[in-house]
Amino acid sequence: MTRITTLETKNLCESAKNGGCGECQTSCQSACKTSCGVANQKCENAEE
Amino acid sequence: MVHQYKLNDFNIVLDTCSGSVHVVDEVAYDIIDMYEKCSEEEIVKAILEKYKDREDVTEEDVKLCIGDVGQLKEAGKLFTPDNYEDMAGTFKERSGDVVKALCLHVAHTCNLNCSYCFASQGKYHGDRALMSFEVGKRALDFLMEHSGTRTNLEVDFFGGEPLMNWDVVKQLVNYARSVEKEHKKNFRFTLTTNGMLIDDDVIEFANKEMSNVVLSLDGRKEIHDRLRVDYAGNGSYEKIVPKFRKLVDSRGGKNYYMRGTFTHANPDFTKDVFHMADLGFTELSMEPVVCAPGDPAGLTPEDIEIVKEQYEILAKDMLRRTAEGKPITFYHYMLDLKSGPCIYKRISGCGSGTEYMAVTPWGDLYPCHQFVGEESYKLGDIWNGVTNTELREEFRSCNAYAREDCKDCWAKLYCSGGCAANAFHASGTIRGIYKPGCELFKKRIECAIMMRAAETAMGK
Repeated sequence: MTRITTLETKNLCESAKNGGCGECQTSCQSACKTSCGVANQKCENAEE
Repeated sequence: MVHQYKLNDFNIVLDTCSGSVHVVDEVAYDIIDMYEKCSEEEIVKAILEKYKDREDVTEEDVKLCIGDVGQLKEAGKLFTPDNYEDMAGTFKERSGDVVKALCLHVAHTCNLNCSYCFASQGKYHGDRALMSFEVGKRALDFLMEHSGTRTNLEVDFFGGEPLMNWDVVKQLVNYARSVEKEHKKNFRFTLTTNGMLIDDDVIEFANKEMSNVVLSLDGRKEIHDRLRVDYAGNGSYEKIVPKFRKLVDSRGGKNYYMRGTFTHANPDFTKDVFHMADLGFTELSMEPVVCAPGDPAGLTPEDIEIVKEQYEILAKDMLRRTAEGKPITFYHYMLDLKSGPCIYKRISGCGSGTEYMAVTPWGDLYPCHQFVGEESYKLGDIWNGVTNTELREEFRSCNAYAREDCKDCWAKLYCSGGCAANAFHASGTIRGIYKPGCELFKKRIECAIMMRAAETAMGK
């Protein structure tokens, strides 16, 4: 593809199968405490 | 849903449901924009007309690019249909009644008198109070009892100012460490402090036991000292910066954040972020103030526009620093596209009221620290557990698809519908939204993704 570069990303559709282990950090707890954002959390699922 | 935007000379296309990110040239950008609305013939005609002065844009080339877009769609990386809505409601049910994180309000009192404090100088609109060891211990037991198969349990020592009850904090950590192995748990502690009472004992203990420390600093001295004052009205900057410096220097690479708040007084908050960087701190977080409507510290609509520009300035400057080998971290720009959260997390959100709760000094449970003091939002207590199950169900049913306002928003799988407390304070219901917060959030995500695109281009 000459005009399109696709960055390497997690496949969200796939993650529906093995996701949801719940071991990742509570998003608000980590630093902000006043505004929710989940996208910057790290996945801690050993099976993913 | 596809979201396209241009930032810092990058043309970016997000396929929000697959999580894919494409960096494209302007021709592909236009083709993608038209792809679902026009026929191939119409696209070719429009593109050739628009780029008639460009030799590299030929009919053959345009058709090739249309083919590439089709391939990406076929591969589930573009125009991915949103099939999550039906399962969204079931995601949080999967967790049952598991609780995995507590915000322990060990001190409803503070040695600073910051007028913008959402916790009303640590008192949360109530009486001053300190948590006893017995209450704290029961809270930790409650957490272990209700954490199901979760291994990692998070506890934030919060206030008010938690160092005003430091001995109890230490006792609680020691208690947790003494029992975590037999319960097959791993406690991760965070300390959020204004720094006034940091001494060698705090530094040594916190750097050994706290996975994360959040250090409150608003940036430039004149900004910090404007609001972060003691009860005599004296600014705290000179007192705390050397203490923070010493704590961070001896932290041995463990997580920390310098965490500031910006207000109407400094919508040009990047100056404060850069000031913290100049002080030698690299892990930075700066948040828009959360306050009641009409508060003079609150951000005005004009401020919001300035702040959006500031986010761009910050992103570009961080890229410059990275290129020069002196990177800094900004909490909201920590977006790991490869190892970020799964769709479950993206839809379910922060877990307030279900997986995450706040505990008052006397053991009451609230959905999160920002609801403490709102009597109608009391969930129960650490002895009897959640007794207001209706309220818990209300929080459980809150997700990225639960809010009407989020229905057509491209960012909902990045924010999962936003902060319930912000929504409540802005709209009176946790199913509402806090519009200025949404605007800023979207700008931050656009900047963060642009930075990943730029870093990829730099080979970082």
